[in-house]
Amino acid sequence: MSGSVKGGALRTLSQKVWDGHIVHEEPGAPSLLFIDLHLVHEVTSPQAFSGLRARGLKVRRPDLTVATADHSIPTTDRSLPILDKVAAAQVAKLEENCKEFGIPCYGLHSSHQGIVHVIGPELGFTQPGMTVVCGDSHTATHGAFGALAFGIGTSEVENVLASQCLLQRPSKTFRVNVDGVLRNGVTAKDIILALIAKIGIGGGTGTVMEYAGSAIRALDMEGRMTVCNMAIEGGARAGMIAPDDTTFQYLNGRPFAPKGEAWDAAVARWKQLPTDEGAAFDRDIDIDANTLEPMITWGTNPGMGIPITGVIPDASSGADAMARESLAKALAYMGLEGGKPVLGHPIDVVFIGSCTNSRISDLRAAAAVLKGRKVNPKVRTMVVPGSQEVKRQAIAEGLPEIFRAAGCDWREPGCSMCIAMNGDQLSPGEYSVSTSNRNFEGRQGKGGRTFLASPQTAAASAIAGAVADVRTLL
Amino acid sequence: MKPFIALESRLVPLPTNDIDTDQIIPARFLKTTSKEGLDKQLFCDWRYNADGSEKPDFILNTPRGKGAEILLAGDNFGCGSSREHAPWALTQFGFRAVISTSFADIFKNNALKNSLLPIVVPADVHAKLFTLPEDAKVQVDLKAQKLILPDGTAVEFPVDPFAKNCLLEGVDELGWILKQESSIAAYEASRIGTLNTLA
Repeated sequence: MSGSVKGGALRTLSQKVWDGHIVHEEPGAPSLLFIDLHLVHEVTSPQAFSGLRARGLKVRRPDLTVATADHSIPTTDRSLPILDKVAAAQVAKLEENCKEFGIPCYGLHSSHQGIVHVIGPELGFTQPGMTVVCGDSHTATHGAFGALAFGIGTSEVENVLASQCLLQRPSKTFRVNVDGVLRNGVTAKDIILALIAKIGIGGGTGTVMEYAGSAIRALDMEGRMTVCNMAIEGGARAGMIAPDDTTFQYLNGRPFAPKGEAWDAAVARWKQLPTDEGAAFDRDIDIDANTLEPMITWGTNPGMGIPITGVIPDASSGADAMARESLAKALAYMGLEGGKPVLGHPIDVVFIGSCTNSRISDLRAAAAVLKGRKVNPKVRTMVVPGSQEVKRQAIAEGLPEIFRAAGCDWREPGCSMCIAMNGDQLSPGEYSVSTSNRNFEGRQGKGGRTFLASPQTAAASAIAGAVADVRTLL
Repeated sequence: MKPFIALESRLVPLPTNDIDTDQIIPARFLKTTSKEGLDKQLFCDWRYNADGSEKPDFILNTPRGKGAEILLAGDNFGCGSSREHAPWALTQFGFRAVISTSFADIFKNNALKNSLLPIVVPADVHAKLFTLPEDAKVQVDLKAQKLILPDGTAVEFPVDPFAKNCLLEGVDELGWILKQESSIAAYEASRIGTLNTLA
C-alpha cells in the first residue's frame, strides 16, 4: 500500500483508499492519514478520554465519531441494573465521556445499541472508500464495504479523538482469490477459517488482504463481513472487498448513508474504488471454493483449523522444537489427541453470536437447522443477536420462537461469550462450539475450550450434543 | 512516555509461539478505566492457580522471572486483540523489551507507544538466546539498533525511525500530529464528506 504511487500507475483498492486520505507526508515519518469514521466502545476508550482531559484537548470531529456499549455489558434483561459494579462503572464512564466530549452514544438502553462492528454497517456509518478505526482488532469487518479499517490501541484512539488522524506506515498488499461455488453447508465462515488454517495465524502479518474471486462476489454483505472480520486472525492489518452492486444495495436507504444527489455522487465515486485490472499485489493466494468443507478449529488459535471430517494434526508435525512444543501445549489444553477427529467430540455449550456471526442471516441460518428440532438437553445453547436492530428483525421473522422451541437461550445484544467479560462464560474444562472468532486459551472463560465454526455447524452440534457435520441434516 | 535509555538485563524465556494478548492479560481484567495496577494480571492464567496461589513452575514465579527486564518469547508474539493493556501490564511488571522472531502488528504499535521495545531477531539468534545460561545478560543499544550478546556479538535489529526517535526522546506521537494542524485543516477543507454521526 504505497502512498507515493499516484496518477497513471495501476493501483489496488487499498492503495486507492490510502492515497485519498494522506494528510501529510515527510521523510522519516509515517504517513498521516485522515480518518472518516471512528467507532468507540467502553473498553478501550476510557484511558484515551482521560488523556484528552489531561492535555486539555477536545474531540476534533465528533461528527465522524460514534460510540456504543457492547463488550462488558450483560446480555440479560436490560431493565435490570448491571450487577458487576466494575462493568457498570465502565459503561457509565463511556456515557459520561461521550456527553462531555459531544460524541453520539448508542448506550445500553439505545434502540440502536449493538456490537460496534454490527451497528456501524447496519446504520450506514460504514461506507465504501472510508478509513475506519476502532480500538478493537475486529475493525477489519468494515473492509467488507471497501473501507480501509484498522484496529488500533488506546494511545491511537486518543490520537484520533484529538486530531481525526492516524500515523501509519503502508502495509504490503495480499490478494486472496476465492473462486468457485460453495457447496451446501459451506459458508463465509468456512472460507476464512480455511484461509487462516492455510496461512497460519501470523501468515498475513504486515499486509492488507483483499478478498476477490467469484465466491467472494457471490457472498451477501453479511457473509463478506464475516470474511473480513477475521482478517486479524490471519495477522493482517485489514481485510477488504471491492464495493459492487451488492454493497450499494445494502447501503441504500440506511439511516446515515448519503441520500438523493449525494447518494448518486457517492456511488459514482465508489465505483472507481475496485482494484485496477492488472494491478500487482505483493502476494497472492488461491482458495478453491468448490472443494471447501465446513471447517472447525481444534486448537488454541484460529489457525488451528481442519475440515470437519479431518483429523487433528499430531504434535510431531511441527516444523521445529518450539512449534512441536506449542502444538503439544494446545492439544494438552484442549484435552485432545493428534491423529483423531474432532467430529463427534462431546460439547457442553453452543454460542451463536459475536461480531463475526450475529447478524440476521447468521440467525436465519442457525434457525433453519434448529427448526422443528431440539438441542441436546446437556448442551447450553446461547443465541445472542448482534444488535437491537438484528433482534427486532429476528422477532419480526419469528426466529426467537424457533430458538426457544429448540431449547436455546435467546438473549440481549452484545459481545457476550466471544470475550466473556460480562459473565457469559464457559466453566473450566467445558467445551463449546462457537461462531465467534477466537479460541485462545481462556478466551470464553478461564479453562474453557472452544471449537470455532459457522452458525450452521454450531446449530447442528447443539442438536447432536457433539461436534457435528451440518450436511447430515440438510 | 519515559525515554528509552540503554538496557542491560538477563532474559526471561517463554518458549511458546503465538502468545496472544488474552494470555498476556485476560479480557476479564479489561473492565478497568485506568491504566494502572495491571502488573499482577500479567499472564494471570499461566501464573496463578484457581485459588490464587502461584503456579511454582511458571517462569515469572521463579527467581529467573524476577528483576529481569527482557522477555524472550516465541514467534508471532502479541497476536490477537488490540488491547493496549498488554504492553501496560508488561511494563508495569518491569519489562522494557521483548525479543522474538516476529510480532503481531497492533501489539508492536502499542508497545512502541509505551516505551516497550519489540526486538525482532533472526531465527538462529533467537534459538541461540534460548540456550544462554540463566545469569547471562544481553545489552540493548537502541541508538545503534544493536542487541549485544554475552560473547560480544552485536546483532542489528530493525526499528521504525520515527518510533525510535519518540522512544529515545520520550515523547509521544500526539504532539507531532497536532503540529500538522495546517495540513489537517487543509485536508478537511478539500474533503467530500458523506457522513455526519450527529445528524
